[in-house]
Amino acid sequence: MHNEEHGWTIEAKASLFDLKLNEIWAYRDLLWLLVRRDFVSFYKQTILGPLWFFIQPLFTTVIFTFIFGNLAGISTDGLPKPLFYMAGITAWNYFSDCLTKTSTVFRDNAGIFGKVYFPRLIMPLSIVVSNLVRFGVQMVLFLIMSGYYYLSGANFHPSWAISLIPVVVILMALLGLGTGMIISAMTTKYRDLAFLVGFGVQLLMYATTVIYPLSVALTKYPKYAWIIKYNPMTPILETFRFGFLGEGSFSWASLGYATVVTLGLLAFGIVIFNKVERNFVDTV
Amino acid sequence: MKDIAISVEGLSKAYQLGQIGSGTLSRDLERWYARIRGKEDPLLIIGENNDQNTKSHSNVVWSLKDISFEVKKGDAVGIIGKNGAGKSTLLKILSKVTTPTTGRISGNGRIASLLEVGTGFHPELSGRENIFLNGAILGMRKREIQRKLEEIVDFAGIERYLDTPVKRYSSGMYVRLAFAVAAHLESEILIVDEVLAVGDADFQKKCLGKMSEVSKGEGRTVLFVSHNMTAIKKLCSSSILLNKGNIEMSDLTHRVIEHYYHSNKERLAKVSLSSKREGSGVVQFYDFDILNNYCEPKSVMLSGETIVLKFILNAKSDIQNIDIGFSIHDEDENMLSVIYSSYQDKIFNLKKGLNEVFFELADNYLSNRTYFIRGLLKADNIIADMPLEPLGELVIESGNFYQTGSIGHQTSKVAFLIKGKWS
Repeated sequence: MHNEEHGWTIEAKASLFDLKLNEIWAYRDLLWLLVRRDFVSFYKQTILGPLWFFIQPLFTTVIFTFIFGNLAGISTDGLPKPLFYMAGITAWNYFSDCLTKTSTVFRDNAGIFGKVYFPRLIMPLSIVVSNLVRFGVQMVLFLIMSGYYYLSGANFHPSWAISLIPVVVILMALLGLGTGMIISAMTTKYRDLAFLVGFGVQLLMYATTVIYPLSVALTKYPKYAWIIKYNPMTPILETFRFGFLGEGSFSWASLGYATVVTLGLLAFGIVIFNKVERNFVDTV
Repeated sequence: MKDIAISVEGLSKAYQLGQIGSGTLSRDLERWYARIRGKEDPLLIIGENNDQNTKSHSNVVWSLKDISFEVKKGDAVGIIGKNGAGKSTLLKILSKVTTPTTGRISGNGRIASLLEVGTGFHPELSGRENIFLNGAILGMRKREIQRKLEEIVDFAGIERYLDTPVKRYSSGMYVRLAFAVAAHLESEILIVDEVLAVGDADFQKKCLGKMSEVSKGEGRTVLFVSHNMTAIKKLCSSSILLNKGNIEMSDLTHRVIEHYYHSNKERLAKVSLSSKREGSGVVQFYDFDILNNYCEPKSVMLSGETIVLKFILNAKSDIQNIDIGFSIHDEDENMLSVIYSSYQDKIFNLKKGLNEVFFELADNYLSNRTYFIRGLLKADNIIADMPLEPLGELVIESGNFYQTGSIGHQTSKVAFLIKGKWS
């Protein structure tokens, strides 16, 4: 089928909304090979290999438990503290990894982009999928820990919302992807935005319910809690916790809101990414 | 249409010189803040001339200007030209790495382009993994690579190291593997840039062989960019010569190469035409060459030999009454002689665009020195163009001035040579 005749044209102008989805489909093998490359190269360059996937969330959980749980005494909705934090960290890590890695996609791949054509969207997509592998490994850790606490009689019950987890994961991926693509397109023009990303993601974590439950924020700071409430990551994270641990502020309305914002940002991200991608090579 | 592989119509590509945005957000904000206060742009280069002369020079450079050509199916076409002629830009547009500013390209058949070998190779991955990754980056499906794997490995000669990370490969092996993947792409059109400049002589031969097999044996279309004229000659039946973003010549390869060599030689005689100039600009010097009697560009002329000065003038519009003058200076900037065409009752009417004007100096009396030629153009007696730098350099060496075989006292110490009738 690859030798069949097909005509093509290269033109100066192209529609903003020509997303070339069929092309992405044709290059799907590349997507998987890139994911594999990321995984294998990460694995080969380290001594501890995939153990690193565990170490970061584990240590963060321990530190959060001590500082925010014990020292600051922030409530965890009655859930075991390590479990509460680990749920937040696991989900947050996936979102923030997608965002930060996607936001530097042009800079990181300037060499390849300058030499060979393939649908550029493949790159951010491969980042999201690569991080999914990492997220999966961390989920295993989280599930092991949940099992341990459950068997030792901790007071939590997974809710029906656990069936929403695939949706939640997809939303996290798409939100990170969309925001990351918007930033990546802007960093080709304004390089100093790249410095903002690391810092901004950190700040955003505090505006998301990673280290505290939404209920606490609403009662303690009713004036400012809207920032947290309207942060699209909050409903996603709350649903994640509610599903696995049975506690959290879940509502269809807030999840619906997060979905709308995510899809909006994603659509904008794809359009702006496609626009920048066309002539990006000329500006590096 | 069916037998056309690539059809390029009116293709242009403009690059912006300098930066439009300052590149950082803070600088752009600074600029914006200055503007709303009605202050000057703080980022404008201080001392930059803002007069009419520089203003007319926009900071847009046309890397390709209105290029049109067609490549028939199964043809192997070479693209040659000096650095900056637009070759790379053309390849980048054809490879869809960047987009044209205007114009369009249409074609038939899958296109594979090799602007570089080994794009996307990861040093930590094994040879096998890199074959798949690189193949996929170049647009191959996994199945396709699987089918060709043996052939690729065989061609590269790396079967023993197939599962070794490529970071342990020698540079030769690395390049061989990279080329092997690319050479086995199943595409109807292959675009190749300079990849043969890598690897040892043996491997280069092998690559050339493979490429000619691709074009002649399998009937695929090849576009080949190289500085290696031998390779171009061997592989391509016809060639395109690019110069300053235009197609200077498109013909059979040996003719194009011949032309290219000549046009390359003339560069030696010339001091670059500076952009610093005075005059109204309605017509300007565009290029300048020194030719011998047979109109061959020369870097060095012999005393007594006929010298032809070739001026290429660029007229903004059709224009009448142009007086062309030039002067000859020595190395200490002393003017030795000057002539205007009007002295000999000759004025020129030029057409819009480029015009060629020749001046033939028979039996030159110049002695064994280096001279500089300066030029001046007048339109209706008003200075149209006066480059502040010389148009070119003229080197004279001792020659058969007296037509007797005697060189005589032709040294740089004499001002000029004379000969006359003895009786």
